[in-house]
Amino acid sequence: MDWLLTHAPALLIALPLLGAFLTPLIDRISGKARSAFVLVVLAATQLLMMALAWDVFTQGAHIYTMGAADPTATVPAQAAVPVRIVLQVDGMGAFMGLISVTVSLAAAVYSLAFMHRESGQGRFYTLLLLMVVGMLGMEFTGDLFNLFVFLEVLSIASAALIAFRFYHGDAVEGAIKYIVISSLGALMVLLAVALLYGQYNLLNMGALASVLEYTYLDKVALGLLIAAFAMKCGAVPMHMWTPDAYTVAPASITAMLVAASQASLYALFRICFSLYGFTLDLTTVGIIIIALGLLSMFIGVTMALPQKDIKRLMSYHAISQTGYMLLGVGVGLYLLAHADFDTYGIRAMEGGIFHIINHALYKGLLFLTAGAIFYKVGTRNLDEMGGLAHSMKYTTVFFIIGALAIAGIPPLNGFASKLLIYESAYRVSPILSIVAMLVSILTLASFVKVFHSAFMGPRLEGMGDGREVPRSMLVGMGLLTAGIILFGLFPDWVVSNLVHPAAQALADQAAYIAALGGGV
Amino acid sequence: MTMPDEGLSPVVRVIAAMLFPFILIFSLYVILHGHLTPGGGFQGGAIGASAVVMLIVAYGARWVESKAGEESVSVLESLGGLMFVVTGLLGFLLAATFLSNFLVGEVLFGEIPTFGSNPGILNTGGTLPLLNIAVGLKVIGGLASVVLIMALGSRRDAA
Repeated sequence: MDWLLTHAPALLIALPLLGAFLTPLIDRISGKARSAFVLVVLAATQLLMMALAWDVFTQGAHIYTMGAADPTATVPAQAAVPVRIVLQVDGMGAFMGLISVTVSLAAAVYSLAFMHRESGQGRFYTLLLLMVVGMLGMEFTGDLFNLFVFLEVLSIASAALIAFRFYHGDAVEGAIKYIVISSLGALMVLLAVALLYGQYNLLNMGALASVLEYTYLDKVALGLLIAAFAMKCGAVPMHMWTPDAYTVAPASITAMLVAASQASLYALFRICFSLYGFTLDLTTVGIIIIALGLLSMFIGVTMALPQKDIKRLMSYHAISQTGYMLLGVGVGLYLLAHADFDTYGIRAMEGGIFHIINHALYKGLLFLTAGAIFYKVGTRNLDEMGGLAHSMKYTTVFFIIGALAIAGIPPLNGFASKLLIYESAYRVSPILSIVAMLVSILTLASFVKVFHSAFMGPRLEGMGDGREVPRSMLVGMGLLTAGIILFGLFPDWVVSNLVHPAAQALADQAAYIAALGGGV
Repeated sequence: MTMPDEGLSPVVRVIAAMLFPFILIFSLYVILHGHLTPGGGFQGGAIGASAVVMLIVAYGARWVESKAGEESVSVLESLGGLMFVVTGLLGFLLAATFLSNFLVGEVLFGEIPTFGSNPGILNTGGTLPLLNIAVGLKVIGGLASVVLIMALGSRRDAA
C-alpha cells in the first residue's frame, strides 16, 4: 500500500495513458471488452486518486521525481538546482485531481449508452482517456514546461472529441474555434515559459518561485500566462469559444470540458499564488482577477437568458459560474499580504475553490441531462420540446437537483460555496456581493425557463418513444447527483477536510517552494 | 502511354520505389542514434512518415491504402505509445521510480563509456534508445495515417 501511494502521482498519469494506447488494440477484438476495459481503467484511477487524496489531506503533500533513485530527491546529486521532471501533489492538486477523475468516470459510464449509435468508439474512448491524462498532468506537474505539454495533450484530445460528431457541420466549426484558441493560448504559455527560462535557467516551479524578481520581463510573462489560462477557462472577454465548443460536443464530453476548463483555472491560480506569490503587485493583479470574475459572472448570465438552445444556455452559465471562482480566489489574492487574510481572505478562497468542485458536479450533471434530452428528442431547441417530465421521470429529478444547486438554493451544494463568497467578498466591497447575488437570481430565472419549456406541459407527440433513457446514462447522472447531495448535506465536513487544505496549499508559497526543492 | 488515374508518371513511381528503402534506413538511423546525434524519435519518425507520403504522392492514396490500411498503421501508433509507457512502468518495477534508467550497466544499451571524447558508442544510453524507438514508431504510425486519411478524403472523385 505504501509502495502504491509513493508511486501514485506517476501511476495516476501512466495508468490512463496505458489505457489510452491499449484501447484501440482491444477495440479491434471486441467492442464490449473495450468498454469494460475503459471502465476498469477509470475506476482504478478513481480508487487510486481517492487513496492518494486521503493521504495528501491527512499526511501532507506528495513529491515524485521521475527517474530518480529516491522519489523525493528533486535535486540530483551532481546538480545545484532541481533539473528533473517533478510531480507535486498538494492539497490543491489532489482536490482538482478528484474533480477531474470523478467527472471523467461519470462521463465514461454515461457514454456507454449515449455513444452506442456512433462509429469509431475505440477512438472516442482513447481520446477520453487522453483527456484524463492531460487534466491530471496539468494538476500534478511541478514543472513549467510540462504544464505546457499537458495543456497541449488536453487541448488536442478535447478538440478531436468536440469534432467527434463531424457529420453535424457545427461540430467542426466549434472544434476549429477551440483548436485555434487553444493553440494561441498554448503558444502564449510557451513564450512565457521561454521568457522565464531565459532569465533564470529554471523550469521547476518551486525553484523558479524562490528566485523570481518580478522584473519587467516577468510581468510580461505573467500577463501572457494569465491571458492564456483565462482564455482557456472561458473567462469574459475571452469566452467566445466556450458556447460553440460546449454546445456541439457530445454531452459527456461537454461535462469533461467543464473539468478541463477548471484544470486551466487551477493553472491560473497556481501561477498567481505559487509561482509569483508575494512578489506580485497583489492589489493590481487581485483587482484584475476580481474584474475578470465580475465580468464573466454578469455577461455570462445575461447572455444565457435569451438563449433557446439548451446546451448553449448552459454553456453561458458555465462562463458565469467560472466568474464566481475567479471572484472568490481573486479576493483571496487581493488580500494575500493583508492582515485580514486569515479572517476573511482565506474564507473567500475557500468559497471560490469549493465552488470549483460544486460547479463540476452540477454543471456536469446539467449537461448530461441536456444530453439525455437530446438523445430522446433529437433537438436542443427549447421551443420544440415540452412535456418530457411525463416520460423521463429520473432525468427530470436530476435536472431539478442540478438547477436548484446551480441557483444556490439552500440544502444543495451551490448554496454553501456561494454563501462563503458573498460573506467574504462583502467585506472587501459590498458591490461584489450584490453583483454575485443578482447573478444568482438571474441564474435561477433562466433555469426555471428551461425547466418549464422542456419538462412541463402536456405530453407532446414526437417527443421520443415515451421511455426513460438507458440505464448507463442514469448511472452516470446518478453518480454526480449523489455528489451534489452529499456535498450539500455536509458542507462543513467538506470545507474543513477538503477545501481548507486546498486553499491553504495555494496560499502557502513557502511550503510549495520547499517541497519542490527550490531555494537551494 | 497514358497517365494513371491516381499518382504520377511511371518515371516518378520507379524512382520513388527505389528511394523508399533508403529513406526508411535514414529514418531508422536518426531514431537509433537519437541519444548520440541531433534528432531522435520524433525527427526520425517524421522522416519515416515522409517516405510513406512520397508513396502516396507517387502511387496514389488508394494504392497505399490497399497495401497498408489506415487501421494497421494505427496499430503501429498504439504499439509505440504502449512501448513508451511500459518502459516507464518497468522503471519502477525494476528500479526506483517511473522512467528510471534500469538498463545502465546491462547488456542492452547499458555500456558506460569512459570520460572523454569517443566516436559515438551506439550501445549506451540505457532506456533512452528504447524511448526513442517508441516515439519513432508512434510518429511514423501517427503522421502516416493522418496524411493517408487526408489524401483519401481529398481525392478528386471524392467530391
